[in-house]
Amino acid sequence: MNGPIENFSRRDFLKTSSAGAAGLLLGVHFTSHGAAPASASSAAAFVPNAFVKIGIDSRVTVIAKHIEFGQGVFTGLATLIADELDADWQQINVQGAPANGELYGNLNWGKSQGTGGSSSINNAYTQMRRAGASARAMLINAAAKQWQVPATEITVDDGVIAHRSGLHARFGELAKAAAEESIPKNVTLKDPAQFKLIGKDLPRVDVVEKTLGTATYTQDLKMPGMKIAVVAHPPLYGAKVDSFDASTVAKMPGIERVFSIGDGVAIVGASFWQVNKARAALEVSWDNSNAYTASSAKIFKEYRELANDPGVVGRLEGDPDAAFENAAQIVEASYEFPFLAHASMEPMNCVVRLSKKQCEMWYGAQSISRDQRAAAAELGLAIEQVTINMLYAGGSFGRRASIKSDYPLEALKIAQQLPEGTPLKLVWTREDDMRAGFFRPLNYHALKAGLDADGNLIAWQHRMVGQTIFGDGNSVDVSIGEGATTLPYAIDNLRVDAHIPKLPVPVLWWRSVGHSQNGHSTESFIDELAHAAGRDPLAFRLDLLKHEPRYTGVLKLAAEKAGWEKPLAKGKGRGIAVQRAFKTYIAEVAEVSVAEDGSFSVDRVTVAVDCGLAINPSIIEAQMQSGIGYGLSAARFGAITLKDGYVEQGNFDGYRVLRINEMPEIDVHIVPSSEHPTGVGEPGTAPIAPAVANALFAATGQRYRNLPLG
Amino acid sequence: MKLRINGTERDFQGDGETPLLWVLRDELNLTGTKYGCGQAQCGACTVHMNGKPIRSCITPVNAITDQSITTIEEQNSPTISAVRDAWINAQVAQCGYCQPGQVMSAAALLSATPKPTDAQINAAMSGNICRCATYARIRAAIHAAAEDLGGQA
Repeated sequence: MNGPIENFSRRDFLKTSSAGAAGLLLGVHFTSHGAAPASASSAAAFVPNAFVKIGIDSRVTVIAKHIEFGQGVFTGLATLIADELDADWQQINVQGAPANGELYGNLNWGKSQGTGGSSSINNAYTQMRRAGASARAMLINAAAKQWQVPATEITVDDGVIAHRSGLHARFGELAKAAAEESIPKNVTLKDPAQFKLIGKDLPRVDVVEKTLGTATYTQDLKMPGMKIAVVAHPPLYGAKVDSFDASTVAKMPGIERVFSIGDGVAIVGASFWQVNKARAALEVSWDNSNAYTASSAKIFKEYRELANDPGVVGRLEGDPDAAFENAAQIVEASYEFPFLAHASMEPMNCVVRLSKKQCEMWYGAQSISRDQRAAAAELGLAIEQVTINMLYAGGSFGRRASIKSDYPLEALKIAQQLPEGTPLKLVWTREDDMRAGFFRPLNYHALKAGLDADGNLIAWQHRMVGQTIFGDGNSVDVSIGEGATTLPYAIDNLRVDAHIPKLPVPVLWWRSVGHSQNGHSTESFIDELAHAAGRDPLAFRLDLLKHEPRYTGVLKLAAEKAGWEKPLAKGKGRGIAVQRAFKTYIAEVAEVSVAEDGSFSVDRVTVAVDCGLAINPSIIEAQMQSGIGYGLSAARFGAITLKDGYVEQGNFDGYRVLRINEMPEIDVHIVPSSEHPTGVGEPGTAPIAPAVANALFAATGQRYRNLPLG
Repeated sequence: MKLRINGTERDFQGDGETPLLWVLRDELNLTGTKYGCGQAQCGACTVHMNGKPIRSCITPVNAITDQSITTIEEQNSPTISAVRDAWINAQVAQCGYCQPGQVMSAAALLSATPKPTDAQINAAMSGNICRCATYARIRAAIHAAAEDLGGQA
């Protein structure tokens, strides 16, 4: 049996992680060099609030309450603080916040700490600026006392506090004195014209270590005595362990424990490769008496039948039935959406260490307060006895905001069977990740509209059939309705309703959530209606959005930049779609080329985004490209299918995703705005499927309604 | 068995069928090389064997004992350094998990093809998945690195 391997970096990790309370804050910056930045390892001299720490070396450490999983939020949050602090960007570094809903709650959600709904910058914008401004005021007050000059005569610029007499100091020199100052009750925030960092293309704080391979993800975390676990998961949802013969694998090298956790068999040992090999050899007999054995085709069939009858109403305007009676033309269409896996590059994983009175966790924690509560309940501990250390995550796209805290709880179930204090890393393979469920819900949408004799849209009905993510199924909650009940078009008679079946397949938010399906069905259908009315799809939309200047703003900008009016060669087509998702307005124009055999490429996407004040245009551009690439991946190829209950895909061979040769050219245009900033992580994903489907229609005259498009 | 990793001889005592990926990560503490799929589908585990890109997740360690292996941690390769610099300048990384593999595939491309066309970039890089879809900046960074290396990597 191989023992755990002691090596330099493991010892280093232990050293830093046990350095008292400061160790708990070591979210992300223990790298494989084993070196934490100075201000993380040395006690900060000046801690004006929960978000800022300043060391005597003048390092400013920003405590980020949101997880960094690609969207650039560490950089964004730090920018807000650094600007109001008048810091030099070079002196900033960022740590993930520990679990503490009181201090680090998402202000859009009360005191629940977590990241989601593209809400990070939106909720934290003023809070972070205040944190920076408050620290700046205390540094100035300390300088005023020390220099015996009025505070109003002191300036701060690029990390230097100065007085016109020539007196000046870096933050570190005044840090100890500033710590003695009282926290100001009120601070004056900058006028946006005074911003020095906000609005600039500042480099990301995480880009260097991620490029060098030294950034620490959960996958990379090592501790002395750490055990590795994999779990033989049931191949059907709802199945339980019936029996297994541990003796067949117990003698394999490195295997230490094999035991049931009820809905799986845990294999614990020294290294991933050894436990994974044992899992492959282990035969488990499953109790399938309560297992779900439906196929996707059957689910779609049932959903289509459900859509024949009215569902629970999410929005009602006027009298749609009467309007349909009076319509000169009725248009109907249906749209089908398969289950989708998130398939982040780093599969799910979690490191835990338990003692009787303490639960410590290290992982890409997204729904921190929810996971903390779930862990406390599982272990019978108080909330404060559960510490969560937020690490970088190799993507999430919603998956790590698990509504059931599924994989952290799985790690805890295993750790409880191990000797107290044993660090345990639960590792999921790609197949575990892809088959675990927590998919975007399979959906069937039926839409119906009425046009009058002049081609005016007088009635709209949108019927959705699909599972809810967090609701009780008795009403059209946000996860089902967003993008549908929030349809912005001026239509006098409108009904949005839904059937919300309960299936044992776990479902979850998937980048842009309800918008990802409702955006497709509504924006494809409005395009059909434009054609039915003999109108240009852009002009038709603009007419119905006269009361919505931010919608028309992005539509016009995207159309102009895409050359909407310019004719295209045969076999090419252009399509447009618009969406307001998570308070951000976004329009996309896709350009496609269709070959004679029907195969197609998406050549170019022009994006106009109105996300209020742009904090970092480079990151916004990157998020637009990312959201579109992610959405296009699903629009073209994405499908998880069930066959007799079994997930037919397990890896990227069966679950095809977008690759570099399929990535369109993407031109991003940001609408200049001074509105309160809104999110950019998810909105880009929503309009791409309908923009492409509409472009395919323009190129071929054929409607592409069901996803994936091919 | 003796391994040659980043110019240094390393020893590994264990199952010769263990994929190189897990030997690098778990035994040699070279965690820059990532696990993404275990089936050579995603490229996150890309390293070089004698300068050519291989997927370490499906390469048994006993198959490379006489070969020269280079990982993202290599500090003495002008090509890898130029690619990393270009990656940082272009602000490629988002979640970052796939990027070491992307860098290694790009460095191997530039070693073989100092001035790659877009089509050559597609051919060399389409084995590396990025779920953040950083592909546009990857392409720009490869062109920039090629420029930087003077087309003679």
